[in-house]
Amino acid sequence: MLTCKQASRMVSEGYDRKLGVRERVSLRWHLWICDNCRRFVRQLEFMRGIVRSGMRHGQLPIEKPLPPERRQRILDTLRKRAGPQDHEHQ
Amino acid sequence: MPTDEAQRWLEEHGSALYSFALLHLRDPDRAEDAVQETLLAALQALQRFAGNASIRTWLLGILKHKIVDEFRRQAREAPVSEPDGRNWETLEATRIEAEFAENGRWHHALTDWGDPEQVASSHELWSLVEQCLESLSPRMARLFMLRDVWEADTTVVCEELAMTPTNVWTSLHRARLAMRRCLERSGLG
Repeated sequence: MLTCKQASRMVSEGYDRKLGVRERVSLRWHLWICDNCRRFVRQLEFMRGIVRSGMRHGQLPIEKPLPPERRQRILDTLRKRAGPQDHEHQ
Repeated sequence: MPTDEAQRWLEEHGSALYSFALLHLRDPDRAEDAVQETLLAALQALQRFAGNASIRTWLLGILKHKIVDEFRRQAREAPVSEPDGRNWETLEATRIEAEFAENGRWHHALTDWGDPEQVASSHELWSLVEQCLESLSPRMARLFMLRDVWEADTTVVCEELAMTPTNVWTSLHRARLAMRRCLERSGLG
């Protein structure tokens, strides 16, 4: 008999590798009798659902402004490092 | 001048790129470097930009590579230690132990979160996810990002973070449990 702790580990590993036949049978049996672990599976699905749909819609992350001094430093570096090539092209 | 192009990108997409880098790298200086390297690479590859993707998507694609490069570099330099020196390994293990009773059962009843579409505005959900990601150790957050958000292949993740598959599975299990608990405590369900 799997404990909930073992079952939760197996559910998690199921996303990252193919479970063996025995593992799948014992996990299914555990999920059959355990409400909490069934909810755990649904919660994981929920979590993966929101992060993935967020990524697809470009919502992640919530925007934090790029501070002006960092912006300026990046620009200066770009001018320095990309600048000389401009002359070669001209 | 191509740098004019970069200046425009920086104005229009700078904050988006910076926020994305900051969320993954958790360090303002490293995030700045990643944005800078992204724009440099983009300038050099400008001729190859097909124009069928949006500029932002294209820049984010380049940034992802820069972030993974940084992950690799960090994994090479310090395979196990965390940047802030806290003993996350023990902390994480203890947190997980607290989820289960001695007999291996859940300590508390898990709640039903329902349908993600109907729970809250996506913006609210997002800020919850971000807060919870920040409560994970940098390495766990990184793993969670790579696997569950970017959907990177497990073998690639092992290589990039210089971890064995077993370690990756253990850490992902912990990361998912920690995210679950954090979201539940933050008011889901």
